Amino acid sequence: MSDSKDFIIGVYDDEDVLLDSVRKIRAAGLKIHEVYTPFPVHGLDDELGYKKSRLPIAAFMFGMLGTTLALTMQIWMLGIDWPMIIGGKNYVALPDFVPVTFELTVLLAAFGMVGTFLVSSDLKPWKDPKLLDIRITDDRHVLAIDLAKNKAMDVGQIESALKDSGALEVNEKKVEE
Amino acid sequence: MQVTSSVRKPLITGGKTVHDVTEDICRQVEAKPSKLWGMAFGISVVTLGIGFLAVAATLWDGIGMWGLNKTVGWAWDITNFVWWVGIGHAGTLISAVLLLFRQKWRMAINRAAEAMTIFAVICAAMFPVLHMGRPWLGAYWALPLPNTFGSLWVNFNSPLLWDVFAISTYFSVSLVFWYLGLVPDFATIRDRASGLRKTIYGALSLGWDGAAKTWSRYESVSLILAGLATPLVLSVHTIVSFDFATSVIPGWHTTIFPPYFVAGAIFSGFAMVLTLMLVTRAVFKLQDYITIEHIELMNIVIMVTGSIVGIAYITEFFISWYSGVPAEQYAFYNRMNGPYWWAYWSMMTCNVISPQLFWSKKIRTSIAATFIISIIVNIGMWFERFVIIVTSLHRDYLPSSWAMFYPTIYDMGVYLFTFGLFFTLFFLFAKFFPVINMAEVKSIVKSSSEKQPA
Repeated sequence: MSDSKDFIIGVYDDEDVLLDSVRKIRAAGLKIHEVYTPFPVHGLDDELGYKKSRLPIAAFMFGMLGTTLALTMQIWMLGIDWPMIIGGKNYVALPDFVPVTFELTVLLAAFGMVGTFLVSSDLKPWKDPKLLDIRITDDRHVLAIDLAKNKAMDVGQIESALKDSGALEVNEKKVEE
Repeated sequence: MQVTSSVRKPLITGGKTVHDVTEDICRQVEAKPSKLWGMAFGISVVTLGIGFLAVAATLWDGIGMWGLNKTVGWAWDITNFVWWVGIGHAGTLISAVLLLFRQKWRMAINRAAEAMTIFAVICAAMFPVLHMGRPWLGAYWALPLPNTFGSLWVNFNSPLLWDVFAISTYFSVSLVFWYLGLVPDFATIRDRASGLRKTIYGALSLGWDGAAKTWSRYESVSLILAGLATPLVLSVHTIVSFDFATSVIPGWHTTIFPPYFVAGAIFSGFAMVLTLMLVTRAVFKLQDYITIEHIELMNIVIMVTGSIVGIAYITEFFISWYSGVPAEQYAFYNRMNGPYWWAYWSMMTCNVISPQLFWSKKIRTSIAATFIISIIVNIGMWFERFVIIVTSLHRDYLPSSWAMFYPTIYDMGVYLFTFGLFFTLFFLFAKFFPVINMAEVKSIVKSSSEKQPA
């Protein structure tokens, strides 16, 4: 039941050429499967038309959960379950609860957001990444075009489009799913 | 095409290409451990072992083994705790605050600085844990768990409990930040390795494939983590200073403590980063990545925070005089002229005078001078914590309970243990993890590298 995908990849060694190339390839009407780079290339997500990440919202929600949890815990424990006068303060001495509330807010925001990131990007220790080119994690940028999704053009046309955009090499790759 | 700036100095020298970065940083991870490394690691492990004897004695016989007495109930343990936590701060400052400020010079040093943060916080945590006497019961006292005394809860009004939350949050968030930064670099090592190494680094790299979508999310996660860690830098040492500032002991009960502790933490942290980086750069031959420019900028941070610390010392004196409270005035007079005058003046010399030397460009760009001053600063900051803690406690309200503190061999042994632990962890890190953030450095090769030779 093995399924395979055919890709045509363009290999680049310069991030500015890559950015320019992404623009050209998209303008030519080709659908880009994904671009793989060894380091973050700023502006690449805009060129690829990716939407802004909603991770900041996740971070905020988890942070609010932390705030709620911390306040509920402290108010319930010291105010309701076992009220005790400490240093003549109120049972619910809100200013004293600020440090713990702050810390739990940050803790949950950070862990929640990173967890969301790992899940949404499908990062896990047992994952085999199936790289299209081994040099992706070294010094080469790779622009991948999925043949199945670009039926309007034939292989030769796609290859020449990539070559014209400044790719150093153009290769065909088959990836077993 | 290389772009060189006439305003900014290059951050990477030697005309490196992106591939050179991979080669240079992966080299020491892939190579067999050198003799030098083996020796250094061996010494650390031996130190750890010797120190552990003192820890074992403390656990077996109780903290009566330490030199504490009824008057000075807190001495080296909390001194070392605050000192180690402070050292950790530079790592977060470099990785988070400088990221928000878009300071690219942080990129070559952030990895090692973050590692230092994590190891320093582990060392710091040893002290309150051991000070519990019976740390295996500690969870009941430190964590909000229902316990056998009925459901009597922990006291959320106590700064010591705030510490528990602050330090554990700081530790875990720093760990996540550090690990996340390592993921793309683990992938680089994975793709160069084979066999068992490939399996291990493959698992560590979480299947990273460098997709633009992942990078985009990754960048926004890094930015928000930096935004979360930045107030954490301020909050952790502020809360540590609350351990003192919320009490009524003359010499502790001051509102200047939070900012002054934070400045002191960054001051000592940068000094420790420099001590470690100067050695790392020489041993691993990373002079092209950790340049004189980097050292100079860190020295400027030391100069600024050292000056803040100096002003804080003077302000404390002024306020104690201005308050008109005899107990306060005495506490500060006693610090300067009392039986611990030597500790006070060591602190003043190390912390107020030595960073001022960095006004001279010649000194702040000299590797030997930087190395010496970085160690002096760390000694000075240890004395600062010692002076604050012991001089304020040793003169009790009743002269009949005045006392001195003399450390025992166990006090020294536990301190030694944390040194062994810190350096053992650091050497393991330096050998098996990439000490420089390759992915980040690669992203500035084009803009910040020295022009390549034609």
